Amino acid sequence: MKYISEFRDPSLAQALAKAIQRESDPSNHYRLMEFCGGHTHAIYRYGLKDLLPDNVEFIHGPGCPVCVLPASRIDQAIKIQSKSDAILCTYADLMRVPATKGHSLLKAKAHGADIRMVYSPVDALRISQQEPDREVIFFALGFETTTPPTAVIIKAAEALGLKHFSVFCNHVLTPAALEAILNPPDQQINVDGFIGPSHVSTIIGSDVYKPFARQYQKPIVIAGFEPLDILQSILMLIKQLNKGSYTVENQYKRAVSSSGNTKAQMLTAEVFDVVDQFTWRGLGELPDSALRINNRYKYLDAEEKFPVEMTVVSEHKHCLCPSVIRGRNKPLDCKLFAKACTPENPLGACMVSSEGACAAYWSYGRFKDEAAFQPAPQEVKIYK
Amino acid sequence: MCLAVPAKAISIDKEADTAKVSLGGILKDVSLSLVEDVCIGDYLLIHVGFALNKLDEKEALLTLKAFEELADFNRAEGSVNADE
Ligand code: SF4
Repeated sequence: MKYISEFRDPSLAQALAKAIQRESDPSNHYRLMEFCGGHTHAIYRYGLKDLLPDNVEFIHGPGCPVCVLPASRIDQAIKIQSKSDAILCTYADLMRVPATKGHSLLKAKAHGADIRMVYSPVDALRISQQEPDREVIFFALGFETTTPPTAVIIKAAEALGLKHFSVFCNHVLTPAALEAILNPPDQQINVDGFIGPSHVSTIIGSDVYKPFARQYQKPIVIAGFEPLDILQSILMLIKQLNKGSYTVENQYKRAVSSSGNTKAQMLTAEVFDVVDQFTWRGLGELPDSALRINNRYKYLDAEEKFPVEMTVVSEHKHCLCPSVIRGRNKPLDCKLFAKACTPENPLGACMVSSEGACAAYWSYGRFKDEAAFQPAPQEVKIYK
Repeated sequence: MCLAVPAKAISIDKEADTAKVSLGGILKDVSLSLVEDVCIGDYLLIHVGFALNKLDEKEALLTLKAFEELADFNRAEGSVNADE
């Protein structure tokens, strides 16, 4: 058992696709949201859409933590770095993400700021041990998957007595985003069922989703990231939708339990508090949706140590991300798509990282086929 | 960036609380601070240098069995259809 190749077997994928075809009711339209960018990526990479009947539609959810991080937080990180002359360590995914006025961490680095890419938060801690005369800041971000490792290094920094180490915290909470999608201000929900998060759920468990399924009457299937996992989850969702049931099912039992990783949850609770409000790129201000370092470890919080003024950033007025993320529009409906907005020059959340919906449309070239069949976006007037 | 990858624990350093795993042929030390009772040979889900969880082989085999059963069902149905 290698836990990878077995779950990519093409003949079994065909078998699952056939079962989905058998199960799906041609008079029904199934709108399934994959919450994770990892699922979006796998759906395109393995061409899963081509295996499925036309009435199974994918709606690409909030994607990944890089996509939903507002540009103002990157501005803030750049300001904190320059104020403290620190070594700013972060994950590679974040380097190219645009801040305001075409700025980015990569550009700041090119202008001489000491910004380093790390694979693990442990690397940031190691740099801090090697550079006792420098401030070292770790730019932490991510959903519940990436939060426990940050908690571990904060505790380790304390145990090591590091005074010149701090963390710029941008950890966000999955349930809050799910709530935002299921309970939008206008109550219009264009999703029938959810392909639930994989690796986030290994930490938070599958039970967390039960109140959502019940209250909003939507089936949720926690799904692994391999193609066979995704296909089986689609089959499970279609069966539930046909029966009119809305429970939480766990397809990814080899990694996800009902209660999740309690050790990781406890570490997270020891170090972080939930903040009242946090702005998500694409979803706006969401209550109780992010974490900050608690009072006990406040002295390791880069925001406390080096307060800087926050910039107010507004999104591009034609960017359709908020409605792409909510399943009301496709990337192709956006008149900026592939014109002003590209992965090289992303204007909105969904183009920022390769896991975003617009970036997936771009890089897998699907838009070229679909464009031929799509009506022109409503906002674009065509003059002859 | 929430992606985690499965990898087998090749050796364990109890004192450092780390395990050596092979990721695409490259040996890496990963932290075991988020998991308990890891043994050599266990498969771990690795993310940003940490093991997030142990993978459950029994459950993995059950999932694979369900796929096989579907494939068998399809084959059986195919031959019935062909007979008709
Ligand atoms: S193409 Fe760009 S501007 Fe348009 S919705 Fe996607 S990310 Fe936003």
